Amino acid sequence: MASKNKPSTVANLLHDLMQKDSGSIGVEDISAVLHGVMETLRHELSDADRKVFVELEGLSNFIAVTKREIAELRPDQVNQDFIPTASDELDAIVAATADATHKIMDSAEAIEGVAANADKEAAAILTDATTQIFEACSFQDITGQRITKVVRALKDIETRVDSLITAFGDEIAAVKAQEPVKSEVSNGVDDNPTDESLLNGPQLDGDGNSQGDIDKLFD
Amino acid sequence: MAVDLTKPVLVVDDYVTMLRILRNFLKQLNFTNIHEASDGAQALVELRSGPEFGLIVSDWNMEPMTGIELLREVRADEKLKHIPFVMVTAESKTENVIVAKKAGVSNYIVKPFNAETLKGKLTSVLGDF
Repeated sequence: MASKNKPSTVANLLHDLMQKDSGSIGVEDISAVLHGVMETLRHELSDADRKVFVELEGLSNFIAVTKREIAELRPDQVNQDFIPTASDELDAIVAATADATHKIMDSAEAIEGVAANADKEAAAILTDATTQIFEACSFQDITGQRITKVVRALKDIETRVDSLITAFGDEIAAVKAQEPVKSEVSNGVDDNPTDESLLNGPQLDGDGNSQGDIDKLFD
Repeated sequence: MAVDLTKPVLVVDDYVTMLRILRNFLKQLNFTNIHEASDGAQALVELRSGPEFGLIVSDWNMEPMTGIELLREVRADEKLKHIPFVMVTAESKTENVIVAKKAGVSNYIVKPFNAETLKGKLTSVLGDF
């Protein structure tokens, strides 16, 4: 009888799971066991037990829908495009503010040099002004540390999303095949850009055009 | 007792901006011999191989050796343990200050700070300028 084979199928699945070395059980495996249990119940149980069957079937469907929805969120895109871009932008902020801060301090030090040769009253005013400039420049140290914390948080998110991608690899591949990713960064020129696609903000070093490059486009 | 402004001062911070700000403030206080290091390990090399330092001004959060690790190394070293050690850091939690005090910090300045605060703390550690 076919129904007599079902329990042994479930038992085989459970046996296979017990043999796994990884220490974790995948969503696919749980889903397969549930399907096996449902098939067994369908053939073996009385009406009184059908409530359990319905609950299990609902659970199985819920897992299937959740898997599909997570895959459709395309967590692979988060790690491929969004997080690296965000990290690069934050690094660029640190570099730009450091560069600006050092130029400001160059000027403050030059003023201080002049103060050394000025009369006492003027020297005091100049020294007071440069002190305030140096104090204000300490913002770069603080913002740099805060941004470093954000970059670390992004790396943590990246690791967790990696786990998600590993768990839902097949589903993501299926969604990917249906909807190929449009790359956020295009090296070519779009002949018909939308207004929205033109709002890219400041470019990272090497990504945008220099003033010289732009001038050439007007020649 | 007046501060000996000719004694070498070691400033330790992994941010070039902060090293420069501290150097300028110390110059304004008339310190004439200012050395710099970008982390605790580099500072320790400087302390053990360089001149006899009269003051250490150090950040906390640095790699590979943090400011608190540097402080512990300094306090455990017979030749260095007497050097005043001022922590200048954005780590402002009470637990940080308690740990630093237990490790033997001379004073503690929270970033961002101003020149007046630095002068006040150094006065309490070294004496009048």
